[in-house]
Amino acid sequence: MSANNLVSIGFVALLVSCSSIYDVTIETPITPKLDISKFQRVLIAGFVSGGTDDVDANQETARLLRSQLRRNSDLQVIDSDVLPLLGIAADQGGGSKADSTPQQNGPVDVGARVTEANDDLSDTSDRMTEEELETYETIFANIGFWRDLGEEYQEPLILTGTVYFSPHSRSGMVTREREVYDSFGRRRTVPVRTYRDRRGFVLSPKFIFIDGATGTTVYTERHREEILYDVSQNTPALSSYFELMDRLLPSVLGAFSTQSVRGTRTLLR
Amino acid sequence: MRGIILSALALMVVSGATLRADERSDARDQVDFGIEVAQRGLWKEAIYRWERAIELDPTYAEAWNNLAIGFERAGRLGEALEAYENALDLEPNNLTIEQNYDLFLEVNDRVSQ
Repeated sequence: MSANNLVSIGFVALLVSCSSIYDVTIETPITPKLDISKFQRVLIAGFVSGGTDDVDANQETARLLRSQLRRNSDLQVIDSDVLPLLGIAADQGGGSKADSTPQQNGPVDVGARVTEANDDLSDTSDRMTEEELETYETIFANIGFWRDLGEEYQEPLILTGTVYFSPHSRSGMVTREREVYDSFGRRRTVPVRTYRDRRGFVLSPKFIFIDGATGTTVYTERHREEILYDVSQNTPALSSYFELMDRLLPSVLGAFSTQSVRGTRTLLR
Repeated sequence: MRGIILSALALMVVSGATLRADERSDARDQVDFGIEVAQRGLWKEAIYRWERAIELDPTYAEAWNNLAIGFERAGRLGEALEAYENALDLEPNNLTIEQNYDLFLEVNDRVSQ
């Protein structure tokens, strides 16, 4: 080994030993937003949904939350039929056709309501605007309805809300990478701003947590996510729905259970 | 007489500097030990060591940075925020501390949403 090599090795060894930066992976625990200590069970009741009929946002949201909660929460997830809440809300006088009389908070025959709502579940939800969907939110103030439902399932924590999922389009300038070759034939990419029509979906859910013992709302969480693709891209609505739900699920689950966020930090000497 | 006073002053300055150097050296030992145990997963011990380092030398930005990471890992987000801010107050141009702080803020924002 030459003297030069020895010097190089020594120099590298010196650099390593003098290194003052240490990357570590940490998992930050995030405590639940909700005190759920009084609940042993959770009922994902169903959602007032609208926007497009390509995805049954009520069924899909309930199914997704149930499977996620089974994996990520200590609460026992109740297996039950998903309520057709849009129809029930319409029956209770919610929606654009509703008159201006305030909601009664009296007891409600939940079973009868479900049957009736199933019968007249037409395509009310299709192409409904977000504002129209909001008019059905009166159902969440109907304490009697939720208390009755809670009684039926031994007073669990009830998770319900609204889910608006709709096609969405937007045009504007986007930055794209373009391949160029220089005079030596070497490839490189350069950012290019172009005008594009883009299509996608918007997901706007509102999650409402109700105490099954009292029928009152204990916590509400609202989100809005959108995804846009090039018009030439044909992405199925259901894929987009799951992609958008993936973005907000950690926050929703964070209401129930301790979540952890993984990341890398640098320790210094 | 003047010479004696000047000598005494010089001695005080030198001894003061030596004391500060000793404190930084002790603090540095604590920080090093903290890093070593943190890398072995003993984060409680690491936090204790970095707290000791800061007691010895409250101007040690790197110790504040490490303590912030320790707090962050323990889910003590309020204390982590305070520690990161102290580190950045002491070394506002330290890019590593700034990067750690930015990553922390992303997590903290998610929690406070």
